[in-house]
Amino acid sequence: MWSYFARRVAIGIPTLWAIITVCFFMMRLTPGGPFDGEAPVPPEILANLRARFHLDDPLWRQYLDYLANLLRGDFGPSFKYRDFNVTTLIAQGFPVSLQNGFSALVIAIMIGVPLGIFAALGQNTRRDYTVSAFAMTGIVIPNFIMGHVLILIFGVWLKDSVFHLPAGGWADGALANRVLPVFCLSLPYIAYLVRITRGSMIEAMRANYIRTARAKGLPFRLVVLRHALKSALIPVVTFLGPATAFLLTGSMVVETIFQIPGIGRYFVQGALNRDYTLVMGVTILSAALVIAMNLIVDLLYSLLDPRVRYEGKQ
Amino acid sequence: MSASVLDLKNLSVRFATPEGEVAAVSELSLSVGKGECLGIVGESGSGKSQTFLAAMGLLARNGRAVGEAIFGGINLAAADENTLNRLRGNKLAMIFQDPMTSLTPHMKVGHQLTEVLVRHRNLKFPAARDRAIAMLRRVQISEPERRFEMYPHELSGGLRQRVMIAMALMCGPELIIADEPTTALDVTVQAQILDLIRRAKEELGTAVILITHDLGVVAGMADRVGVMYAGRIVELGEVHQIFNAPQHPYTKGLLACTPRLDDATASALVTIPGQPPDLQQLPTGCAYHPRCGNVMERCRAAAPPLMSTGGGGLKACFLENFGSVQAGTVVP
Repeated sequence: MWSYFARRVAIGIPTLWAIITVCFFMMRLTPGGPFDGEAPVPPEILANLRARFHLDDPLWRQYLDYLANLLRGDFGPSFKYRDFNVTTLIAQGFPVSLQNGFSALVIAIMIGVPLGIFAALGQNTRRDYTVSAFAMTGIVIPNFIMGHVLILIFGVWLKDSVFHLPAGGWADGALANRVLPVFCLSLPYIAYLVRITRGSMIEAMRANYIRTARAKGLPFRLVVLRHALKSALIPVVTFLGPATAFLLTGSMVVETIFQIPGIGRYFVQGALNRDYTLVMGVTILSAALVIAMNLIVDLLYSLLDPRVRYEGKQ
Repeated sequence: MSASVLDLKNLSVRFATPEGEVAAVSELSLSVGKGECLGIVGESGSGKSQTFLAAMGLLARNGRAVGEAIFGGINLAAADENTLNRLRGNKLAMIFQDPMTSLTPHMKVGHQLTEVLVRHRNLKFPAARDRAIAMLRRVQISEPERRFEMYPHELSGGLRQRVMIAMALMCGPELIIADEPTTALDVTVQAQILDLIRRAKEELGTAVILITHDLGVVAGMADRVGVMYAGRIVELGEVHQIFNAPQHPYTKGLLACTPRLDDATASALVTIPGQPPDLQQLPTGCAYHPRCGNVMERCRAAAPPLMSTGGGGLKACFLENFGSVQAGTVVP
């Protein structure tokens, strides 16, 4: 089994290389460049800038240089944030996004999964409809609306009460500043988890072996927790793999609304600014996370279902 | 039979469907004696499984049982889950048709056995483990210590059904309901599984209800046989009476349909014409009358009640003189 995972890690490297390559050339194919602003830059200055960042080298040369720098762990300088290199920007922003994303993930799992089970076990009863309606609401309300609604309620209307929360800002990670963005991040994930868990739990409870477990006289709680839950969690884990990668790399929308210094905003700002190296940096980071999460998901499958066995080729 | 283990009295099973309520079992009454093996025979959809799933309290969500199923003085059809859970797996056990899907895939076989003892006998795991391994040995599973640690997918279908039987026997039940226990198995394995059930019955004095569509299975195992059609018992009697002198045209038809190797005169396959009825649109009168070769005017008007055959059995048929009953149609 471990040789299988060693192989998977090895396959991850060419995957990452392919993503880097595609991303590199797609960025260069995009019209415009990092130094195009509203006011045109004098040609002499532009030429100097391009020479300074080696943008006047042939493209293949730039590509090979970039790969070589990557191998040394150097993501290059940011074109936009002139005094920073990309490694520094990510090192500053990623821990913030990581903390928020991880908190949101834990909250989403702790609320979404039990709520989904609760709904499934009362299938087509009032409690099922109530939970499902809540989940649907969480899915259809976009977070740029939910974020502003939360600010309106907790930042404005409840300003003079004990429930008052800051409308934005990070304040070095003060707890009060985290509540609203983390809640806003987790809400759609709670909703998705409710729906997925509910569906898979209903499916699991129809299995023949659930009937066997009930025929043994096991209390309902044990039938659910010991016999049904593990197979019901397989689709949940499948969803959580990529969802975790997305959550941990931050959300442009939520970080913008709540003015949080994470890396979520770099995805969009970097692309708009043609900040080639910054876009590459955050793309590589999230691609590596997705690859890692898929690997973890596969590991979890084998824990949830003993029929899943990973054999390394001899 | 002196005392009965299970008494069904006017037991009906109804399912709520989008097209309305469907009766899978209609006012069925029968009793199973202590240590007796009662065979229940019928086609798919005759209600034979639903009758006893209702007695176990294991009907699907949209199903409900009306009437009585008395077991140890308790009406199972009206009992709450707590009462049922004290009996199920303890005094009342069930073996299911499909051993491939009836064991929890992510639990070791041993753990699935011991949890019965932990639940009903309050045993700690090491003691339960010893009892479970002894039980695996009893159902003739070789290397029981090793199998104990295995997952169901690592066992063959026959071994899994042995595990199911071991599970049912763990607490020494008074009644085992075996719902098509051999249908999903190879023929060679079928005989071994039936032999295990027979031995459990003889050694432990357990009553067995054997639900099957296979008359051959019933002939070798059952003391009495009930034949079901469209949710009702149409004939009930001692096994030799059912096989030697069937009193209902449907029973006779079923017997004629079974190919026999020892009968040189039966050269062709026999079938009962027509299809089993749609439970939502049962024919008037006797449900079997559209397929019956001896149909009379009164069969269309009213359903015959269960009446004595004179030989100790019961039949639901108006026919008096049974010698001329036509069994089925010979397929050329």
